[in-house]
Amino acid sequence: MDVQLLTLLIVGASFLLYIGIAVWARAGSTQDFYVAGGGVHPVVNGMATAADWMSAASFISMAGLISFMGYDGAVYLMGWTGGYVLLALCLAPYLRKFGKFTVPDFIGDRYYSQTARTVAVFCAIFVCFTYVAGQMRGVGVVFSRFLEVDIVTGVVIGMGIVFFYTVLGGMKGITYTQVAQYCVLIFAYIVPAVFISMMVTGHILPQTAFGATLADGSGVFMLDKLDMLSTELGFNEYTSGTKSTIDVFFITFALMVGTAGLPHVIVRFFTVPKVSDARKSAGYALVFIALLYTTAPALASFGRVNMIETINGPTVNGEIGKGTPYATAPTWIKNWEKTGLITFNDKNGDGNMFYAAGSITDPASANEMKVDRDIMVLANPEIANLPAWVIALVAAGGVAAALSTSAGLLLVISTSVSHDLLKRNFAPNISDKAELGYARLAAAVAICIAGYFGINPPGFVAQVVAFAFGLAASSFFPAIIMGIFSKRMNDKGAVSGMIAGIAFTAAYIIYFKFVNPAANVPANWWFGISPEGIGTLGMMVNFGVAFLVFKFTKEAPQEIQELVESIRYPKGAGEASAH
Amino acid sequence: MAFKNDDDKKAYWNENLSLLLKLLVVWFVVSFGCGILFVDVLDQIQFFGFKLGFWFAQQGSIYVFVALIFIYMKKMNTLDKKYGVEE
Repeated sequence: MDVQLLTLLIVGASFLLYIGIAVWARAGSTQDFYVAGGGVHPVVNGMATAADWMSAASFISMAGLISFMGYDGAVYLMGWTGGYVLLALCLAPYLRKFGKFTVPDFIGDRYYSQTARTVAVFCAIFVCFTYVAGQMRGVGVVFSRFLEVDIVTGVVIGMGIVFFYTVLGGMKGITYTQVAQYCVLIFAYIVPAVFISMMVTGHILPQTAFGATLADGSGVFMLDKLDMLSTELGFNEYTSGTKSTIDVFFITFALMVGTAGLPHVIVRFFTVPKVSDARKSAGYALVFIALLYTTAPALASFGRVNMIETINGPTVNGEIGKGTPYATAPTWIKNWEKTGLITFNDKNGDGNMFYAAGSITDPASANEMKVDRDIMVLANPEIANLPAWVIALVAAGGVAAALSTSAGLLLVISTSVSHDLLKRNFAPNISDKAELGYARLAAAVAICIAGYFGINPPGFVAQVVAFAFGLAASSFFPAIIMGIFSKRMNDKGAVSGMIAGIAFTAAYIIYFKFVNPAANVPANWWFGISPEGIGTLGMMVNFGVAFLVFKFTKEAPQEIQELVESIRYPKGAGEASAH
Repeated sequence: MAFKNDDDKKAYWNENLSLLLKLLVVWFVVSFGCGILFVDVLDQIQFFGFKLGFWFAQQGSIYVFVALIFIYMKKMNTLDKKYGVEE
């Protein structure tokens, strides 16, 4: 069977599975819709959290990024996992004890302020929309490459599926579909990685394989060979980075703190029955995430070696390849060339392809190939000549990753609108049933907007990711931490802290990314911190301003201090509720 | 109130904080310490086919993160029982 038919079958089968689960797990109440009735087993919840968290970016782009960044790729590996330690230790159990539906709920109640709630709602909506636009795009890319339909059709199909199970099932439907999606995506990620590591090193485990010797009998360590190839071709040594230490530090920190402050991640811990389950659930989530995150760097390095040797020809007796003829290039090169993600420019006119450092239009560089880093995971099985069903599986995995994250984000958007804005602000008297209706309506509208961005992606989708993490790091994280660990922190301190943190972070990112992108070089950065890492400084600004304002204003009232004391121990946590 | 007296409440919270602090120190040392600040020093050490600093940055720190959460979970369950505030 050819790849396209197999892909159609496997992706189609996975869709049927998701729809089946959605029908089985319909939501009957707002309780079901927002927090899945609060009765999800911690391991199941951990798996759903992992699927929610690992987006198209983790599945499709991350290994490619690491492949091209080498050591510096560690900012994503540590940044997107380390945040779970903060979540499990400092946030999740306390927020679960607090027992409300949403993050703005916590901020609004803890700081006894409608302003704080509204600021939080708008941050949540903004962060989620930024994210979801990228997810829909991911769905489109997978569809257009593997099913050879155009991107618009791909996005519309994806929207239809998400629409179906989000609107129907709410958090309950999403949770159980995400479990299925996790299984699909992790299987699709691990299988090709195991195949490739066996081929390159003879090891089964990718995690140990990339520190092993090559299977060609040379006795050379895989990473040493990669370092040798990289330096010979004019790149930096793979195992050392190009970013400054302070920048790596700040980016990693911003991603960790941002992860812990992202509303669609936090809200997952409201769905488990007990406080101790929230801790457990965060642990299991990280186990499930770590499976993919420890495989990714292995996949990245194998992919890099395979790609270089396919294009330049194999290394013989320590002599690196000098190029291979374009006329006999493997089909994956031709296929990706059609999508514009690989470009060949035969500068020296010898008909051979050659990959090296530098631009393909620069006459001083020997490089003739432009390879987009987003293709690494999708193209890896083809590069390594794996069977067609593996390639089809990877496509299904990419779609699962994008759909599960979109659904989680859309749910936060719809909850923010129906619960935080309508119920808690404008129309406090609406019935449970009406609120559920509005939540469904909001989800439907949000899906249409997200789909629009997927079809007409604003050029800045990649840029705004820094925004999402920076904002979460500089707004939610400090506000929640202070809300739990400082009893006396008051409304004025928290609100001014959030506003100062966001304003500072947003101004820095907007200046370097949109107003004056030409100035976005290390020499102009404050203390050498890039816009990706500025959220860390924004977080410090938030804490600093909050404590300064707090010093000059009245501390939180007695009943709030008692509330804070009561969330510090597990006993008496009921189900998450609206009141 | 869940606690027998105010002293118990304080003691529970202080024990929690000191556990938190210890685990966060480990969290910081493996990721920001071994993986970033001292990566060049550790890279001098060969660990199987990895440079040690590189291994911490791309593998080791993640394993430690997982372990930290489970240690916290276990210790907190014991602490909750000790003070009678478990669910």
